[in-house]
Amino acid sequence: MKRAWRLLLRRSLTSIPVLMLVITGTFLLLENASGDAADAYLVAIGGGDAGYVADLRAEYGLDRSVWVRLWFYISNLAQLDLGQSVALNRPILDVILERLPVTLWLMGSAVALSFVFGSLLGVLAGARPGSATDRTLSIGSLALYSVPSFWLGLVLSVVFAVQLRWFPVSGIETIASGKTGLARAGDIALHLVLPVASLAMLYLALFLRLMRAGMAEVWRQDFVLAARARGIKHHKIILQHIARNALLPLITMLGLQAAGMLGGSVVIEGVFGIPGFGRLAAEAVSGRDAPLLMGVILTSSILVILVNLAVDMVYALLDPRVGASDPA
Amino acid sequence: MSALVSLEGLSVRYPRSTTPALEAVTMSVAQGEKLAIIGESGSGKSTLARALVDLLPRGSRCDGTITWQGGSPAPGRDYGYVFQDPGSSFDPILSIGAQMVEVLQTHFPLTRHDARVRAAALLARVQIPAPELALDAYPHQFSGGQKQRIAIAIAIATGPKLLIADEPTSALDTVVQAEIVALLQELVESDAMTLLFITHDIALASGLADRIAVFRNARLVEIGTANEIITAPRRSYTRGLVAAHLDLTTPVLIGDVP
Amino acid sequence: MNFVARFIRSPEGIAGLVLLSLLAAAALLAPVFFPGDPLAIEGRPLLRPFEHPGLPLGTDRLGRDVMAELFHGARASMIVGISAAAVAILVGALVGTLAGFGGGLIDEALMRVVEAFQIVPGFLLALAFVSVVGPSLTVVVIAIALGSWTGPARLARAEVLSIRERDFVAAARVIGMHPLEIAVKEVLPLALPPVMALTSVIVAGAVLTEAALSFLGLGDPNIVTWGSMIAEGRNVLRSAAYLSIVPGLGLVALVLGVYLFGEGLVEALARREGQG
Repeated sequence: MKRAWRLLLRRSLTSIPVLMLVITGTFLLLENASGDAADAYLVAIGGGDAGYVADLRAEYGLDRSVWVRLWFYISNLAQLDLGQSVALNRPILDVILERLPVTLWLMGSAVALSFVFGSLLGVLAGARPGSATDRTLSIGSLALYSVPSFWLGLVLSVVFAVQLRWFPVSGIETIASGKTGLARAGDIALHLVLPVASLAMLYLALFLRLMRAGMAEVWRQDFVLAARARGIKHHKIILQHIARNALLPLITMLGLQAAGMLGGSVVIEGVFGIPGFGRLAAEAVSGRDAPLLMGVILTSSILVILVNLAVDMVYALLDPRVGASDPA
Repeated sequence: MSALVSLEGLSVRYPRSTTPALEAVTMSVAQGEKLAIIGESGSGKSTLARALVDLLPRGSRCDGTITWQGGSPAPGRDYGYVFQDPGSSFDPILSIGAQMVEVLQTHFPLTRHDARVRAAALLARVQIPAPELALDAYPHQFSGGQKQRIAIAIAIATGPKLLIADEPTSALDTVVQAEIVALLQELVESDAMTLLFITHDIALASGLADRIAVFRNARLVEIGTANEIITAPRRSYTRGLVAAHLDLTTPVLIGDVP
Repeated sequence: MNFVARFIRSPEGIAGLVLLSLLAAAALLAPVFFPGDPLAIEGRPLLRPFEHPGLPLGTDRLGRDVMAELFHGARASMIVGISAAAVAILVGALVGTLAGFGGGLIDEALMRVVEAFQIVPGFLLALAFVSVVGPSLTVVVIAIALGSWTGPARLARAEVLSIRERDFVAAARVIGMHPLEIAVKEVLPLALPPVMALTSVIVAGAVLTEAALSFLGLGDPNIVTWGSMIAEGRNVLRSAAYLSIVPGLGLVALVLGVYLFGEGLVEALARREGQG
């Protein structure tokens, strides 16, 4: 346990300079946007005279140099102030915190489902490398992995929402249904089925392929032969030793895919009209709301760092070799 | 002495390989003897051991007959197998205790607690210090020699009648080698096990074994008592091996060579 | 047995090659079969497939020839996929080589930058970049490359770290070659092949990212892409779902073809190593 905490501390410390790079880089990129926050605000309120524009610029600090504004941004950030959304005219942190839970539910369910089913199917394929099951699953997962998730979302909604009417077409819950408690949770779950499925399919294929490849790798290791020579039953060798060892790269992949998943939620939430964090990014772009986009990018980077820290911890708990040779 | 196992015209061919790994080998292993199998790498000596106990890779072709006294042996119960590289004979992410308990529970109706007690006793028998603590440690926390001791402890856990040691010392340094060989010798003698000891080192073989079988290019070159092989080898290949090893610069590791 | 013969023995590789050849032919022949702007109005809107002999796949909501759009879309997807991957691999390999060869502070600094790019979701970065610079084919290519050069960079660095200790590098130092010259002339060519193995994954990823950007309306508005066709078809999803489904099938075929082709290459390489 001490090993894992030490690892956590070290990783958190090294992510601070990286995060500063992200903040600076994004800030400078968004600085170059044609038209600034004042223009965007004017568009939003329907125009104004030159004096008003100058006042606005001063209010947003746009008359100062880039570096001064970057400094302001970072010092505000230290007080958890992400600034004001231009398009929505609300504190960005409030908006983000409001939108985040839906997206976390969406991603969490998709990850949980794809991890469980992907690794199970991967065990099935990897139990007998080269068998018919293995080849079928392997080709099938490659095909699935080639499907764009937003398109899959559209196809699923055409079939299951438009044609069969099993699930709602869009939104996160039935508007003004008056449902509360469990009934409301059920309603939300029903709305999430199709988006979660579209997001999960891709990762299911990924985890399946990784598990299969990992098992093929472990099969070749000598300790499998040693276990056979010790009389360990075939199924126990597969489940307790091979699958267990092959699971480790999947855990690493969870961390590596966190960023990709957040990106994927932008399109999926767009397809299913879910008012989540990903959709917020699209709204920031279409509303030319640079501070909001900045906040979204920053929040997702922090999320990615946190997911990776969690992944490192889990990995350290599962693999006794990690961090063992570290100086105390 | 009755034969524990006899081979008749045993040939083995690995999948996707054009040359046989073992060709027309006829020999037998006597009950209670210590038989050394020597040869260069690729001579078929490991293949022989794996073919005996059905541990060849899937898809290998095996011709000829293997006759066991009392039916073919159950892995882990009727024979113990010690591999060359102690580093890769354990699951790297499970504790030593968990792996020993797994083996013991496979073969005996033991509770977890009883299995652990027995595992600790086995570790003590192979001279692992603080066996109780060692059970909770992971493979990477032991030295190569210690790992090989633990592998031996697992191999003898069920009191098998046959112990196969496939180059158990060639991944270790010289001092540790001698200790491991001494340990094997002591265990085999006190439990009256049959020992099949595979090595490329004729000096090691001559100090340990009752009989020596010499392999080269997938064939059995000659087999005889250790004394015969060392003092009066019939084949020129064996003579070459003996001469190369028994010059004055080669220190004798175990016992006295006549 | 030479490389081509080994490749042909892999069924995956052959399937991928066939798919890619068909799509490449469609992309190359698009201007021949369908000269003129695929965005031009060719007939009545929403003609069903096979309804009109000149327009085999019918028309979309604005009366554009769906078949022509499909062919030209293949062109856009392939151009973006290949160029983005080329940029990502080149930049990645260069940065990785510099980091690995420079060592010390240079390495430390460059790797922090790599990490920074890794924690920002690539799609959000692409979104931000396109929205700042404005959508055009080149911008989309750069935007996608921004999110995919880190993999090649890390791999190249690892390769360089192992290569730079070898004898010939030391020899080059002794005869007084400039470190940068050694890095680019001696080390980079050796570090590149393993990095190239990432090509199929990066091309496939680039194709999918481009489609998603176009789907959100952030692609080049002057060219047809499969992503924008899907978005366009979405407006009539209830009555004419095929308008969205067909270009999506094109995407699946292209991405699958790239993966299969990549698998075939890897298998062929592995066989060579297996035969030693």
